[in-house]
Formats: sequence, structure tokens, C-alpha cells
Amino acid sequence: MASLGELERAVMDLLWAGHEAATANTLRDMLAQSTAAHGGAAGHEGKDLAVTTVLTVLSRLEKKGLVERERGTRPHRYQAVSSREDHTAELMHEVLGSAPDREAVLARFIGSVTESEAETLRKLLGHS
Amino acid sequence: MFWTSYFLAVLAIVLAWPVPILLSRAHWPARDPFTAMLLWQVIGLAGGLSMIGAMLVYGLEPVGDNLIAGLRALAGMVLYNAPTTSLGFWHLFALSAAALLTAHLVFTLLLTYYKIERQRRRHRELLALLASPSADGTGTVVINHDSPVAYCLPGGARSVTVLSDGLMAALEPAELRAVLIHENAHLNQRHHLLLWAFAAWRQALPWLPTTRLAQEAVNSLIEMLADDVALRTESKATLIKAIAIVASGSSVPQAAPAMGPGALPGAGLQLPDGAAGAGSASTTASRVSRLLSPRPPLPAALRATVVAVCVLLLAMPTALLIVPGLLG
Repeated sequence: MASLGELERAVMDLLWAGHEAATANTLRDMLAQSTAAHGGAAGHEGKDLAVTTVLTVLSRLEKKGLVERERGTRPHRYQAVSSREDHTAELMHEVLGSAPDREAVLARFIGSVTESEAETLRKLLGHS
Repeated sequence: MFWTSYFLAVLAIVLAWPVPILLSRAHWPARDPFTAMLLWQVIGLAGGLSMIGAMLVYGLEPVGDNLIAGLRALAGMVLYNAPTTSLGFWHLFALSAAALLTAHLVFTLLLTYYKIERQRRRHRELLALLASPSADGTGTVVINHDSPVAYCLPGGARSVTVLSDGLMAALEPAELRAVLIHENAHLNQRHHLLLWAFAAWRQALPWLPTTRLAQEAVNSLIEMLADDVALRTESKATLIKAIAIVASGSSVPQAAPAMGPGALPGAGLQLPDGAAGAGSASTTASRVSRLLSPRPPLPAALRATVVAVCVLLLAMPTALLIVPGLLG
């Protein structure tokens, strides 16, 4: 059985690739297919995957604010809150941003540089 | 007892104003970042200790001839309703201020920890979905982004070093190794604890210029410490080139997003302008100039003097507060 973390990743990959809302059933079938495509033991996992497990994964992702449920339809249809690129941009914003408390969250190899400084460094590269 | 509080007050002021300003302008920290880091920590600790100590000692002056006797008398007033008439207005004012300052510092330290941890957890959650493990080893992941970015996210056993596609494409293997060693040095030397303490200090006393100077100095010193670790195995030229490539590339995304159309959602994600990053910019400059024109490490005697000053700075307020009580 794949871990919840791996399943979360697989579900998000499907939702990001699909661009439209999907039910837990559809997602389960797609997961079973994609694991079957890899063959062997992985295919076995796919068959064992229960819809309830997919629902657990979806509710975890919902709590993290990554997927949302369409209200009013039955069964519920799930979709990604924003695209993979948006989430990457959100992360990079956190990394590249210069909020004072960001500096304590993570340590960057290079902090923000001014344009003139970048220019000096480019010249330096040209010489070496 | 009276002269003790004056002495502590003078020490607190000296540690809050002239000393940090002089230290932030000094050139020797680049020659011995470890010792400089020690000194900054001592300035923060001794400064806080003497600030609180001075107020405490002044406030307790009428009820005890030393801190321990004074605190005992104060506990009697608070817990057992002993008469408080011996304390004047200014004594009570100083005692309240000491209590408030202590609570404020401890509370801010905890709050900052909570905020940092929450941001890190969120960041880790997203990384788990967006980044893929790198071939370079465990604890290193690669994120799909065009500008050259490298950073580490501390978190005990779940610490992770993140590299971007753009970085992997721009750097030679040796340069990449230098970057990874640099980032791992941050994790191994627990630099996040220093960043946390000094971020909290600045958060608690933002009006004190010292706290900003200290945070900037510490940010820059940990980079130098990590650079020194990278230099143990990689050549100076390799490291300089890696810094130059990453730095010259990382100003690009602020001018124009290098990703595909519609990649950057609008309003919520304004990228910062150059002015805000001025502090870190000087860090990069001082790192590079330190590598380009290296200066000899501090002579052992000078280094020993700085360490002795550190010990003295911590020992003095502690001794002044505690020792008279033990002798008496």
C-alpha cells in the first residue's frame, strides 16, 4: 500500500493534469490505471486502493487548502484550488521575498541582490 | 545595591547602542566569523540580562540589600500580603517594567518560533507535492523553476535542501557541490536557531537599532561560516563562480518572471522591489569581496581577547546579581 503522502502527490498530479473537477471514484480508477501502467507490484496496489482511502486523501488535501469540493453535486467533485505553477510561484515568492521573518524560515544560498550588484557579478563571470 | 543597578544600567546602554554600532562597522568579523558570532550572542544575552537586572535591582533596593533577599521579600508581599509600604512609586514602576520586559521577551521568542514553524510546515507540505527527489542524495529535492535558486529548510530529521531546475542547468557539477555543502553547513551548524533568536529579538524590540544591526550581522556571518565549510573541499574559484551565477540570475525574476504565461497569479504575489533587499545585498557583496581578497585570520591573541570579553560580559551581570546574596 502506498503511503498517504505518495497518494496525496499522485492525486494532486492527476488534478493538476486534468484541469477539471473529478469524483473520488474517477480519481480511484485513474490511480489504478496509472499504477497498472507501471506494471508488477505497483499494479497490485492500484487494485487494492479503496474509494474511502481516496476520500481520506482528498479530505487531507482539502484541510491543507489544496483542493476544493464542488458543493451541491453528488457524489462530490474535487478540483485543485490553484495550478501547480501558482503553487510553485507561491513557494518561490516565499523564498525570494524579503520579509524580515522570512529570513528566519529558510536559509538561501544568495540573498536578494540589487541590479547594479548583479551587473558587477556578471562582469566578474565574464573575466573568469 | 544602588551602585549595582547603576552599573547594570550603564552596561545595558553600552550594549544597546555604541557597542553594536561599532561591531557592525568593524572589518574583523569577516576574518573570524565564528568569534564574531559568539560576540553578537553575548551582546544580546548580556544586554537583556543587564537591562532587566538593573530595573529589578533598583526596584528591590528598599527591601533587600541583594537580589536574592529582595526577591524573597517581594515574594512575601505578593504571596503572603506582607506590607508593601517600603516600596515607592518608582520602585514599583521599575519592578513592573522588569516583569513586563521579561514576559515580552519570552512571549515574543515563543510566538516567533510558532510562526516560523507554521510557515516551514506549510512550505514542506507544498514541497512534498511539487518537488521531486534529487539524484544528489537524501534530503535534497529539485523544484521546477527557471531562476537559479538554492535554499535549505530546517526541520530536524525532515530538513531539506531545495534546488531549482534553473540552478541545476546553470552550474557545473563542482559548483553544485559547493552550493550543496554550503547549504548542508547551515543545517549541520544549526544556524536556524541563531536566525530564530535574533529574529525574535528584533521582533520584540524593533525600535532598538541594535536588533536590526544584530540580525543583519548574523545573517551575513552564517553565510561566511557556511562558505568556509564549502572551501574545505571545493576551490575558491568554484565557490565564487557559483555565487556569481546564482546572484546574477536571481535578480532576473524580480524584473520579469521567467516562467510561462499565466504562471504568476496577479495581486497576491507582488514580488519585492530591490530596496527591500538592501540588507541581504550587502551580505552578498561582503561575501564575494571576502573570497576575492582574503585577509589572514585573526591572530590567536586577539581571538582569545574577544572570547575573554565575551565571558566577562556574561559573568559580570550574573555575578553582580547573584554573588552578594551568596556572600551575605
